[in-house]
Amino acid sequence: MRKCILIIFFTVIITVLMANRFEASDTAWDDGKSIDLNWELSPLIEKVVISRSDAEGNLKVIHSSEASTSTYRDNELEPNQKYHYQLQAFSKGDSLSLAASATTKQQWFYMGKLGFLILLVMVCVAIIYYIQSAKHGKEYFIRRIAGLDSMEEAIGRATEKGKPILYVPGISDLDDIQTIASLTILSHLAERSAEYSTDIIVPCRFSMVLSAAREVVREAYLKAGKPDAYREDNIFYLTDDQFGFVAGIDGIMMREQPAANFFMGSFYAESLILAETGFATGAIQTAGTAQAHQLPFFVVTCDYTLIGEELFAASAYLSKDPQQLGSLRGHDFGKVVFIILIIVGVILEILGISNLKEFIAGAIT
Amino acid sequence: MKRSLPLIFAFIVGFIVLLSEFIPHRPFNQIVSTLEGWFMIISGFAILLGQISLIRMNTHKIVNKLPNWPYHLAGLISFAVMLTFGLLWGMRETPGILGDGAQISAWLGLKPFDYLFENAYLPLSATLFSLLAFFIASAAYRAFIIRGLESNLLMITAIIVIIGRTSMGTMLTGWLPESWQFWHIPNLADFIMEFPNTAAQRAILISAGLGIVGSSLRIILGIERSYLGGDK
Repeated sequence: MRKCILIIFFTVIITVLMANRFEASDTAWDDGKSIDLNWELSPLIEKVVISRSDAEGNLKVIHSSEASTSTYRDNELEPNQKYHYQLQAFSKGDSLSLAASATTKQQWFYMGKLGFLILLVMVCVAIIYYIQSAKHGKEYFIRRIAGLDSMEEAIGRATEKGKPILYVPGISDLDDIQTIASLTILSHLAERSAEYSTDIIVPCRFSMVLSAAREVVREAYLKAGKPDAYREDNIFYLTDDQFGFVAGIDGIMMREQPAANFFMGSFYAESLILAETGFATGAIQTAGTAQAHQLPFFVVTCDYTLIGEELFAASAYLSKDPQQLGSLRGHDFGKVVFIILIIVGVILEILGISNLKEFIAGAIT
Repeated sequence: MKRSLPLIFAFIVGFIVLLSEFIPHRPFNQIVSTLEGWFMIISGFAILLGQISLIRMNTHKIVNKLPNWPYHLAGLISFAVMLTFGLLWGMRETPGILGDGAQISAWLGLKPFDYLFENAYLPLSATLFSLLAFFIASAAYRAFIIRGLESNLLMITAIIVIIGRTSMGTMLTGWLPESWQFWHIPNLADFIMEFPNTAAQRAILISAGLGIVGSSLRIILGIERSYLGGDK
């Protein structure tokens, strides 16, 4: 009889302990700034309140929910610190309190980004391989990019008309890769315009871009053997303000009537205002951006448009340098990889297998 | 040396930033924010360069009475007025050299800088932005002129999306039975925006992403040097 009571007693205790569980653990593969809280409570529980104690031991509510079984991630914590949590569960006329603690740890790798790393390594290795092949004399076919081939036409027209060329390097600062890509195009364009003795006007939105653009154009004029033709005042700062910048450029287009306009780089809401004004002046217009939302505006209003990747390929394309052209072949390899992944992913999803999607999505989330 | 130092810096910094994307441990997880801080400091100093350029260019045109010089004069006066008001009485919570300018603020209702900002700058900025509506109309007119199969398809798609986004779309095909709901114009517009449009945009984004990888790699490895002003 006593044995039977003991068994029943321990069974009840174990059941209660099993039913009400609250655990805190460091989030795996992260920068040590979050803790995962897991709890499993009796179905009778109606509300859960989780608090974290601070250095003085004062409790601060960080989460409350209705669910009896759930998880919560406590973010924005300090790495390598021990955190104490208290869970209060409320049912009709009763409450329960559980405690847990965990120490945040910094990891040496974001496991969620493994898929991203593998893809990046594949593309980088392909690019380096094709660069090396090009270095050893292998020639690659690169498709024509009409927008870049038109550069000669635009410079020619400006020279014939005796009008300047307007070059807008986008509205982002130098920390945007599109601005860097734009400056590389500017370098080639400035060199060609120097050869034809045609003025090039470069209004800048940011001082850092101004400084870099001046350096690029100066070097281009030197390379063309016409350092005396370089006019620093043609590369100038307008304003940091987005629409003030647009108003300034519109004014230049209406007053100076440039024969060719180039809009290369990052553009936002102002893209259509710029390109439509340029269209009204009758200038030959070439635009290039990786901002998908602005591309339709440029396609409608400009004679030539560099779409997405073409903006980044421009420098390699214009330089005709075999090494750089080889790298473009690497982009194509990347495209093939992505097309295969998309097809395989779609087939797997149709078959109800989500492993590939989750593996790649880990890099995004 | 002038060319190799920036190339070495680009290689080291580019490689470290690339590593930090995958390593959450200190010091790698702090590198990007530290470099952003450095960029802000350098940008702060570079602002002066921009102001000097602005003053020099405008003064040159005014002094030499070049065509349209009054516009440049207006630009310089605006710059000087805002700078002076900002320095003397500050803006919003920040006091200026002469304090908060309680008297002038009471008269204008705002600090002079904020008064000009709200009553001159903001309306001008909004005016320019609103021009976009007219530019969209004229650009759309050109885009939708029927010249061939593509422009025809573009026009039909645009009309479906435009009508589908208005109450007219609901009214026109609201009577369709449940089994024909896909052809209800607002649903058709949603379908166009959600599937063909998103697919095309993602294709552009993926190719742009590859372009960024290639471009960055060329810069890190020192193959791309045009941004420094020259190839060699």
